[in-house]
Amino acid sequence: MKNLFRLLYRYHVVFLFLVLEALSLSMVVTYNNYQRAAFFDSSNFISGTLFETFSSLWQIFDFKQVNVKMAEENAVLRAALQERYLKSNPGNYHASDSIYLPRIAKDSSLKAVYRFTTARVVNNSINQQHNFITLNKGWHDGVKANMGVIANGQVVGLVFKVSENFSTVISLLNIQWKISAKIKRNDYFGSLSWNGRDYRRVQLNEIPYHVPVQNGDTVVTTGYSSSFPEGMVIGTISDFSIGTGSNFYKIEVMLAADFKKLVIVGLVENKQMNEIKQLESLNNNGN
Amino acid sequence: MVINLLKYSLIFVVSVLLQVLIFNNILILRMIAPFFYILFILLLPFDTPRALLLFLSFLLGLLIDVFTNTPGVHASASLMIGFLRPGVLRLISPREMLDSVLAPRVENMGLNWFAGYATFMVVIHHFFLFFIEAFTFNDFLITLIRIVLSSVLSIVLIVLSQFLIFRK
Repeated sequence: MKNLFRLLYRYHVVFLFLVLEALSLSMVVTYNNYQRAAFFDSSNFISGTLFETFSSLWQIFDFKQVNVKMAEENAVLRAALQERYLKSNPGNYHASDSIYLPRIAKDSSLKAVYRFTTARVVNNSINQQHNFITLNKGWHDGVKANMGVIANGQVVGLVFKVSENFSTVISLLNIQWKISAKIKRNDYFGSLSWNGRDYRRVQLNEIPYHVPVQNGDTVVTTGYSSSFPEGMVIGTISDFSIGTGSNFYKIEVMLAADFKKLVIVGLVENKQMNEIKQLESLNNNGN
Repeated sequence: MVINLLKYSLIFVVSVLLQVLIFNNILILRMIAPFFYILFILLLPFDTPRALLLFLSFLLGLLIDVFTNTPGVHASASLMIGFLRPGVLRLISPREMLDSVLAPRVENMGLNWFAGYATFMVVIHHFFLFFIEAFTFNDFLITLIRIVLSSVLSIVLIVLSQFLIFRK
């Protein structure tokens, strides 16, 4: 004990320095937002980088297929763009891209509400009850929480946490997540969730049994959640039955997106999300 | 003794006020900012107990942090030079010289010595400050440029102050 005190006294300057320095550095990390984010993200960054390196190795084998899929998606988008243009400007069609694109942008009724970007999947799981996907883009690239995630125009999930260079996505295959969805043919909507059993099938609930339902009906997003535009494909109805003692169908939906082969995904940003959320929060406060 | 206490209290207050009221508003090319306040640490007498030196450095930095709303950033940087000051002094001057005079002032030690001393201390301080502020070694070169340019400005201001306000 005596020796300890002697040691403490002899090096009291060094100890004092270390204590005060630790104190001030802990203040730095605790109270300054930027440093806090940087400090806690670095662990995220390390694991993210590891994932990214490994996944890019595996994905070399998938690229050919991905290219084909993306080309298909491009074709679909082009068609949709043209269709939309023709609808808004009947009899005013110009074949040249450079002429009609700016016009669409200027037209206020067609002001782009949704913005699309792409990201690469660096980690993905389908074998748990709470599946998450990691993407190689973070707030540095403009990714925000609650952005929708799609693959080939089909719903995949919702951005959950965002760090500087990476983001995690709640997969549709997560038993805690629900999304509102509707049957494309007749516009009846219900809530879509996963029961955690089959990674290719999710369940559509709350469709009342007077609604005509057929196997093969397409299930799409409603646009109510404001993370996705209306009408993005989720899957097709593969099976349905009337639950005992219930007024609602039990509908099995075959997912359109193949969650086992996600490589490149699209991110959907609703530019009016904040406005919508603010307005809706007024409803709750009013009560 | 009492006069010394008053004198250094005055230097402390003036350093903080000058930094907070004037030099904090200077930002050239969005990256060069002078940190003048460490002048107080530079001017303390040679025989200041090291523990007291640490406490005063910490207090000074913390006070600046309060005004710039960056808890801990300035405190840790000025604590660092408070800790390293005796080492720096031993490095740049012979022991007899330190024993013969009271405080590291221009009139005691000469302009060259003081400028060298200020350069050492300012560069160490700014190095710590800017890297704690940036909190990353990405953009290392940019941080380094900020350190060098800001140091030059701080050194010039600190040396100049010796001829303008702290003459006595």
